[in-house]
Amino acid sequence: MNRLRTIFLTPAALVMTSLFLAPLAIICAYSLLTRGAYFGLGLPWTIANYGRVFDPLYGEVLLRSFALAAVATVLCLLLGFPLALFISRSGQRKNFYLNLVILPFWTSLLVRIYAWIFLLRDTGLINATLQKIGLTHAPLPMLYNDGAVILGLVYGYLPFMVLPLYATLERLDPFLIEAAADLGARPWTALLRVIVPLAAPGIRAGVVLVFIPCLGAFLVPDLMGGGKSIMIGNVVQNQFTTARDWPFGSALSLVLMAAVMTLLLVLVRRSGEELL
Amino acid sequence: MDSGAYILELRDVSKQYPSHKAVDGVSLAVERGAFYSLLGPSGCGKTTTLRMVAGFETPTAGDVLLNGSRINDLRPYERNVSTVFQNYALFPHLTVRGNIEFGLRRRGERDLDTPVREVLELVQLSGKESRSPAQLSGGERQRVALARSLVLRPEVLLLDEPLSALDPNLRKQVRSELKSLQRSTGITFLFITHDQEEALSMSDRIAVMHGGRLEQVGTPEDIYQRPRTRFVAEFLGAMNWIDGIGVRPESTHLARTMPESESRRRAGRVENCVFLGNRIHVATRLQNGALAIAEIHQGPECWNAGDPVHVWWHAADELALPAENA
Repeated sequence: MNRLRTIFLTPAALVMTSLFLAPLAIICAYSLLTRGAYFGLGLPWTIANYGRVFDPLYGEVLLRSFALAAVATVLCLLLGFPLALFISRSGQRKNFYLNLVILPFWTSLLVRIYAWIFLLRDTGLINATLQKIGLTHAPLPMLYNDGAVILGLVYGYLPFMVLPLYATLERLDPFLIEAAADLGARPWTALLRVIVPLAAPGIRAGVVLVFIPCLGAFLVPDLMGGGKSIMIGNVVQNQFTTARDWPFGSALSLVLMAAVMTLLLVLVRRSGEELL
Repeated sequence: MDSGAYILELRDVSKQYPSHKAVDGVSLAVERGAFYSLLGPSGCGKTTTLRMVAGFETPTAGDVLLNGSRINDLRPYERNVSTVFQNYALFPHLTVRGNIEFGLRRRGERDLDTPVREVLELVQLSGKESRSPAQLSGGERQRVALARSLVLRPEVLLLDEPLSALDPNLRKQVRSELKSLQRSTGITFLFITHDQEEALSMSDRIAVMHGGRLEQVGTPEDIYQRPRTRFVAEFLGAMNWIDGIGVRPESTHLARTMPESESRRRAGRVENCVFLGNRIHVATRLQNGALAIAEIHQGPECWNAGDPVHVWWHAADELALPAENA
């Protein structure tokens, strides 16, 4: 048995070491170096990069990122829960609906974001239509603001909320819902007292799966926020590209990672192993 | 309102599904305080009938009356009936106490402690109120399900095969407990089962269902001793059909020599013996080719396959089937 274990675990261990742990170690090393002309890196060793992370300028972006990610997560939950409940109770059509949820993944997020831009921009389909039928006389500002970023995040990550929710709701014994009604619970009471508590593992998994990528998102805020609504992911990306300050970018991403890890640990401690 | 002897009435109730008719014109009347069983094989419509009383299904024809009022259109949470589900459907995220309080809270009751304590005593679960359902045995879960419904003092308690999830030894014990619980609370029970022994041992009245229709309604003795159809006769116990006459195995006797005094007799040969502990089933092939089972208790006589034998019975033990051209 032990040999079999080794054989089965080795590929994953190799991948994780070479593609995850090694780059992480490199990032850790970068974060302690000084910005330089070549490769954006140079000596001497320093911890000053970490000090800059707590500059109010970045703190504000970090807070904004948490806020935007939190709003997007809550919206995903509010939209995803009824959807997952509906799918879990639609009998033979379940798989068809699930495929619809996964369908967007067939196209790159980048392409889909551009599709949204074509819809939402001042000369886009929606504004053009609204003006043509005379509902508005000037284009509505639907792009390049926080609302657009949240829309993009919710759109991009909704499936990550729906799938774990569906997995728990699908296993929910339908007799429990009948029992709740039988004991006098109206539909809303049954939802809040029976369905939601029993879906808690799925809710926690969905929240983690949506919140973490939202927090680090850079594509959506870059394209749909248009530089006006930036998130911490854009700042990190900037350090590696335009600003050419790799040590600071590394420090920033490590601090972000530490924050997310702390959050995860708290959640895992509360819900046991089901998240892992 | 009319609150006569019948607490629950079904008047010509049918349930038509797109593919089949699950319940077909069932009329029955349940006396207040009775232990009333719906007995039938799986797929006979008994569970659908119960679900129409609970409110989970709506009849496509006919009326359901509770205390004389039509309740067809009331939602499950608007009816003062309660269900003990086959799998108990206890809320796994709540404790025993939380499960029992659930219905009381929905009614906005102020004092939860007294009724919870009383019902826990009634079902002998005192001291287990803070357990979660997963920490209970099958029998305890069943009692929590009972307590959760009984604490609401429903007009009718609906039980959907509540004993089928228990192991056979426990099942017999629970039968008598359930019966005495029904007696002591005075609550009307509508009990669904496919097990004729369960129905016979507990019920005041049994309605036998078959193919969505009622076959016969009566006391356990009526149903067993005076079945009106061949289906009822055979569903309630093994039957020997000897030249169109029905005789139960326990009324079928064996003799080595021709019993002179009895006119009801047939000759045959023993085909096999099945030992069942406290009794033996002896199968005899009669001369006309029919097989007759005799249930005998262990005695000095020993029957071997191939032995010539005479099967006889008392005329009084013959079952006549008036409803059919038996």
